[in-house]
Amino acid sequence: MSEALLEVEDLVVRYPVPRGLVGTVARRPRSTVHAVDGVSFTLRPGEMVALVGESGCGKTSTAQAVMRLIDVDAGAVRFEGRDLTGVGTRALRPLRRRLQMVYQDPYESLDPRLRVRQAVEEPLLIHRLGGSREERARRVREALERVELTPPDLFLDRYPHELSGGQRQRVAIAAALVLEPVLLVADEPVSMLDVSVRAGVLSLLDSLKSGGLAILMITHDLSTAARFADRIAVMYLGRVVEEGTADAVVRDPQHPYTRALLSVVPRRDPRERHQGTVLRGETPDAVHIPSGCRFHPRCPIAVDACRVDEPPLEAKRPDHRAACLLV
Amino acid sequence: MTASGMMIEAPSAPAQTRRGFVLRTLRRKPAATIGLVILVLVTLTAVLAPVIAPYGLHTQVGPVFGSPSWSHPLGLDDGGIDMVTLLMWGARISLVVGFAATLVSMAIGGTIGVLAGYFGGAVDTVLMRITDYFLVVPDVPLMIVVAAIWGPSLFHIVIVIGILLWTGTARVIRAQVKSVRERVYVKRARALGAGHTRIVVRHVLPQVAPLLIANTVLTVAVAIFDETALSFLGLGDPSRISLGKVIENAFERAAISSGAWWAIVPPGAVVALIILGCSLVGGALEDALNPRLRVAHLSARTFRLRPLVGRSEGAL
Amino acid sequence: MTPLLQVEGLHVWFDLAGGGELHAVQDVGFTLEPGERLGLVGESGCGKTTTALAIMGLLPPTASAAGRVLFDGKDVLAGGEATIRPHRWVDVAIVFQGAMNALNPVRPIGSQIVEALELHDVARGAAARARAGELLESVGIPARRADRFPHELSGGMRQRAAIAMALSCEPKVLIADEPTTALDVMVQAQILELLDGLCREFGLALILVTHDLPVVAQLCDRGVVMYAGRIAERAAVDELYHRPHHPYTRLLFAATPDLDDLDQPIISIPGAPPRLDRPLDGCPFRPRCDRAFERCAVERPELRGFGDGRTAACHLDSLVPA
Repeated sequence: MSEALLEVEDLVVRYPVPRGLVGTVARRPRSTVHAVDGVSFTLRPGEMVALVGESGCGKTSTAQAVMRLIDVDAGAVRFEGRDLTGVGTRALRPLRRRLQMVYQDPYESLDPRLRVRQAVEEPLLIHRLGGSREERARRVREALERVELTPPDLFLDRYPHELSGGQRQRVAIAAALVLEPVLLVADEPVSMLDVSVRAGVLSLLDSLKSGGLAILMITHDLSTAARFADRIAVMYLGRVVEEGTADAVVRDPQHPYTRALLSVVPRRDPRERHQGTVLRGETPDAVHIPSGCRFHPRCPIAVDACRVDEPPLEAKRPDHRAACLLV
Repeated sequence: MTASGMMIEAPSAPAQTRRGFVLRTLRRKPAATIGLVILVLVTLTAVLAPVIAPYGLHTQVGPVFGSPSWSHPLGLDDGGIDMVTLLMWGARISLVVGFAATLVSMAIGGTIGVLAGYFGGAVDTVLMRITDYFLVVPDVPLMIVVAAIWGPSLFHIVIVIGILLWTGTARVIRAQVKSVRERVYVKRARALGAGHTRIVVRHVLPQVAPLLIANTVLTVAVAIFDETALSFLGLGDPSRISLGKVIENAFERAAISSGAWWAIVPPGAVVALIILGCSLVGGALEDALNPRLRVAHLSARTFRLRPLVGRSEGAL
Repeated sequence: MTPLLQVEGLHVWFDLAGGGELHAVQDVGFTLEPGERLGLVGESGCGKTTTALAIMGLLPPTASAAGRVLFDGKDVLAGGEATIRPHRWVDVAIVFQGAMNALNPVRPIGSQIVEALELHDVARGAAARARAGELLESVGIPARRADRFPHELSGGMRQRAAIAMALSCEPKVLIADEPTTALDVMVQAQILELLDGLCREFGLALILVTHDLPVVAQLCDRGVVMYAGRIAERAAVDELYHRPHHPYTRLLFAATPDLDDLDQPIISIPGAPPRLDRPLDGCPFRPRCDRAFERCAVERPELRGFGDGRTAACHLDSLVPA
């Protein structure tokens, strides 16, 4: 078993809720958004881990914390053995080369004024890599070829608005790859693309994975995660409630939330209509986290004990953990 | 299957983010084109004044307040000088002051706007408070004070107007910078490790430029108006003839009671024309930049129902 | 029996800023029976939303339309705004894409429903407020929340409020344009469950406009698959999945991952849809089709029937194996 490339341990990220003038004068108590409330997982080279959950579960904040784009309140983010939470901005810069991010919106993540060539070259310029213009041009072409935008010459001089969504996303990935990172954080990489184009981009990520790239994918789409990820971590209200291989989590879900989610995802086959477990209400806001197990107010099988003790994330099957008292 | 076979469709990005936006707008909108024509004509006339002015600036060619005639279409002023000549030379000074003051204002306002918008937080608060203080300073009293202490001169007028006008620009630029800063590609650049300078120069400024240009053009209008007003009040540089000074002179020398409308109205009209030109261009640019100003959906017109005559199925 | 809604030969084209025209909808037709659920499926730019807007008569001034939209046998488009207006909201109502953001932010949701009721002379004053409360309850929002502003409600709640507003005049047809696209999985399930229940309870016919095939598979009886402004295939949802005729239908299903079928490879369809501002020869899907042959490049396929209520615009004669 290879060494973990990324180890997230008990990560905590909190945001203070601004009280406003009235709140401050009236001395209202300060409230905090517990975006990430103790999250742990690991990622190995050549592995894709999907952080799955609904909005407000903390998956995006976790990704941003891993990339050190936001400050961490507690816990560790160990990348190649080194804890990033304590590293200063200066020292982070060289590390940023090895840790890259791809964003959700292909229409917004590229500067509309830059041609593809410039967009993919920019990271090299920022990090002062590739000594000469020729060298940089070579790397840009290589990156474009890696993302299957061939022949590169066809795309180098285009502007983003001349490309389709799928192509733009590939350019964004190329710009991330040009620095030769070892870890790629993909935040909903295909959710804004048309269905017919998604598989292309996902297969691309798959093949990059085979080349040794580790990918942390953030998504709300369980079907995509099930199909393309090696491991899945299901998040709810700032914590991981279930974690294991994608196969195990999807075929044999342990946590009631995972089971409910899987049951309501619509299937392609009209003959597979079934009544899923439709939970009542919506995810509570991360300021007022329920006591005990945070899922208990909506859980179909909750008992009294669930209101008191927060269940730890522990193995229910080999290499398959869930945070539930009743399983 | 590689992506090379993909057809390149052309989904449209918001037009204001594409290059060449300013030029395209100027060409497309009739208002902008008219405004541009006006400005170009006036500026050319002013620049070429020494060459094309029909008479000398200080040459008396007739009686005081001589009426318009064929040789002097706009009559003569209080010193018997040809009005057309005066207007050409006057426009020169007015435009110079207008542009110079705007330059000062843009430099200060643009810088403060970018710094406040980009860095936010304490920097923003401090800069905005400073902006607020400048916002409330009244221009005329300030000019009176400056003229009283340091003497009226062209340079002082430019500085005073510049100092008073930058606040509007600062606010507008700040708002735009704040919104651009939140765009995903800027965040991405930061995540890549780009420094502030790089981000501002390569990503923020190009987005802000069209708005800055629109704002600059509109500021010129205000600057010229301010200069005219200040000169009219006698606070202008006595050694230079600006359009405001022309009006002031006429006023002082009782043009109105002499019935010499040609000494007062034309200079005012030229000022108004310049301001009109600036407003048309600046306004058109601003309209094109701000998607919320588009009100097509409020139009009373609805879609048109047409028969399919003449459109054979094979044609499409 | 006359179908409730008939769309015949609908064409919609837009005047483009630089001159030229964009043909967003070309020769689209389908019928809707009372209580039936029809899915209008396709990817971005296929013309499904424009079709929905045309049915409501809500096209922008830059649009031109031709064709007929018959409600209970009467052409509502023919007289322009005059014939459409009495029919809008009263016979056919729409829940827009991103409806949660289309609510007026400065008015409480209850008063917005009251506004719809008063505008269409359904009720006034206290009666209207009572009815608004009932409508909110029927979509799962407690009536006492009627005085809340949209920003005080979650995305799912706002979507429900928008649905309540659409139902205010008791229409016979509800058009839902991407009703769940911006929502979480569980909230999506709740909204779909709600739409299902409402249609059953009020005997509503539903036109569900979406790019999400599984949603159509779960909720609708029949589906119309659109591509490049035209209908590619029209059939019962079961047929679309199990016996698709048009290659696009088959490929679109194959491109959609499914939890029940994790081992099946997910494909992507190479290429991109054609530009709609230029004339096109042959079948619009040909460049991306895996079964195209010579005729496809030359002659555009007309919609034809293949038995069992299935129609498709494809030159292939036999079924395309699923």
